[in-house]
Amino acid sequence: MNIGKAINLEYGPPTRNAFGETLAILGRENQKLVVVDGDVGNSTRTQYFGEDFPERFFNVGIAESNMVSVAAGLAACGKDVVASSFAAFLLGNAYDQIRMGIAFPQANVKLVGSHSGISIGEDGPSQMGIEDIALATSLPHFTVLVPADAPSTEAATRALFSFDGPAYLRTGRPKTPIVYPNGVDFTVGKANQLRDGRHATIIACGLMVAAALEAAHYLSQDGIEVRVLDMHTIKPLDEEAVRLAARQTGGIVTAEEHLLHGGLGAAVATAVAQSQPVPMRFVGIHNRYAESGEPDYLLEKYGLMPQDIVQAVREVLAQRRDVGAQRNVGT
Amino acid sequence: MTTIEKKQLRHRASLAELEDTAWRLSREILEMTTRAKSGHPSSSLSAIDIMTALYFSGIMRYATEEPDWPERDRFILSKGHAAPALYAVLAEAGYFDPDLLSTLRESGSPLEGHPNMRALPGVEASTGSLGQGLSLGLGQALAARVDGLEYRVYVLIGDGESDEGQIWEAAMAAAKYQVDNLTAVLDYNEYQQTGPVNEVMPSLEPVGDKWESFGWDVREIDGHDMRQVLAALQEVPRVTDQPQIIIAHTMKGRGLSPFEKDAVNRKHGEPLTEAELETALAELDEQHATAVADRVEQPDLTPEDVHGEV
Repeated sequence: MNIGKAINLEYGPPTRNAFGETLAILGRENQKLVVVDGDVGNSTRTQYFGEDFPERFFNVGIAESNMVSVAAGLAACGKDVVASSFAAFLLGNAYDQIRMGIAFPQANVKLVGSHSGISIGEDGPSQMGIEDIALATSLPHFTVLVPADAPSTEAATRALFSFDGPAYLRTGRPKTPIVYPNGVDFTVGKANQLRDGRHATIIACGLMVAAALEAAHYLSQDGIEVRVLDMHTIKPLDEEAVRLAARQTGGIVTAEEHLLHGGLGAAVATAVAQSQPVPMRFVGIHNRYAESGEPDYLLEKYGLMPQDIVQAVREVLAQRRDVGAQRNVGT
Repeated sequence: MTTIEKKQLRHRASLAELEDTAWRLSREILEMTTRAKSGHPSSSLSAIDIMTALYFSGIMRYATEEPDWPERDRFILSKGHAAPALYAVLAEAGYFDPDLLSTLRESGSPLEGHPNMRALPGVEASTGSLGQGLSLGLGQALAARVDGLEYRVYVLIGDGESDEGQIWEAAMAAAKYQVDNLTAVLDYNEYQQTGPVNEVMPSLEPVGDKWESFGWDVREIDGHDMRQVLAALQEVPRVTDQPQIIIAHTMKGRGLSPFEKDAVNRKHGEPLTEAELETALAELDEQHATAVADRVEQPDLTPEDVHGEV
């Protein structure tokens, strides 16, 4: 992958690794922590926990529905529970079990979906979680976290246990550019501003945060200064940060490695429409499935490159000019 | 003796008392569903003898004044539509005022159409979407292992519910982990929503062989013969390194004529009319009178027979 290289972002470990390593550390600190696996622990990296704490690690086989309900049963007995699989299979296969066993009773289960987005590449669309944010945010009582890089994933993993109740954490497969080289201040529900600007705001999550920073760099070369927000918590959304972005910069572009339906963009648009309507554009996957291929090839083909964000910002600015011109004609 | 041990003694009914209780609770199931004008009385009646035995023979340890007692035994009604049976049993146990039973399914009542664990004390799992209770029970049974506690988990599943693949996912995983503190009871009442089980899903059979091949301890009983129900529930804790299933052959509607007349599904999800209720209650009373008369033939089981000396 090349995202972020043009602005000299270092590549760190995959976010799934950061999650798995942090989980193993938490296992030492928290004796109540138990982990349920659907026989993909070596992919999701819950294996690290499993190797250290076999008596608190249950691999129930390739059976996500059962895995989720077993997790709910453990939580009903006071355990802090993590259940993990690929994002696509976890949310897709076990949606009703999540609804009944976790969301409805507000169980203290933390779901972790790896292999999110299309940057998993060659394994193809059957393995790509691109609906997971929509499914997770649709559930009442759920907190939904989509960290951008390894340091913020470590923080997000710790944050999962800072509150009681259901949560979904999204991780990815490839090595990911580091946007927090100097440490991260991670508060659930609070966006991180990584760059400021007055012409527009890019609100991104996950891998697209690095792409947003690269896009901001290109725009700056043309004299366009944008604010960049890492919206690592999709739910509950930091509506105050969104409202301020709308009011202070007058235009918003969202960017996510997810379908446009029900993702970050939809959540931000809802908040914008109810507070301070401004022109918006949405970078994400448009109502289709991807294919097997090299990550860079796919990110380019499906419109998730920094240049796509640059284009979206230009469209927002153009729309604002048009609206302004119409207003002037009217007066 | 601790408060909880004293509490348990309150629930050490004899065989005769258990039959009396099941009869009274059956009446309540019929009355509350007819009053609510909806619900699943026939699916509740097939399970009521088993649930009565679990809660009132002393086999299950629980403390109504401390519903979250960590060492309590757990009961999960996986076939959540039999909620009226669960509510009747929980009220009888003392989890809440029996007067609440008359509010079944009313707006604002905690006695919802299907069990909600956040609405009512004593409800160990929110159910109503079939196939999930055994997995929930497995999770609770594994938690006992992690915590070094001795409690048992009982899960009542349905025969129609056994169409759900998740039942068999849980069956495999429970056998893998050799959870001998997990007992399933199959309420084999032979009818599901659109027809007899042997037509909708004839390949459920041979069901005992299936469970055995999945690594479970299997026994079959008449689920309306309190003596057999008790015997099975006493035997399962002696099984080691294996989960157990009791296949309980039951009647959807407990053999009462208003249900028996429906050859399709034994009035699935249909309460009785006032007239049918009158007939059904009269038949229930007659069933019970016969059972009482038969008691002279067979000596009663005392609590000591069930549990050994206190």
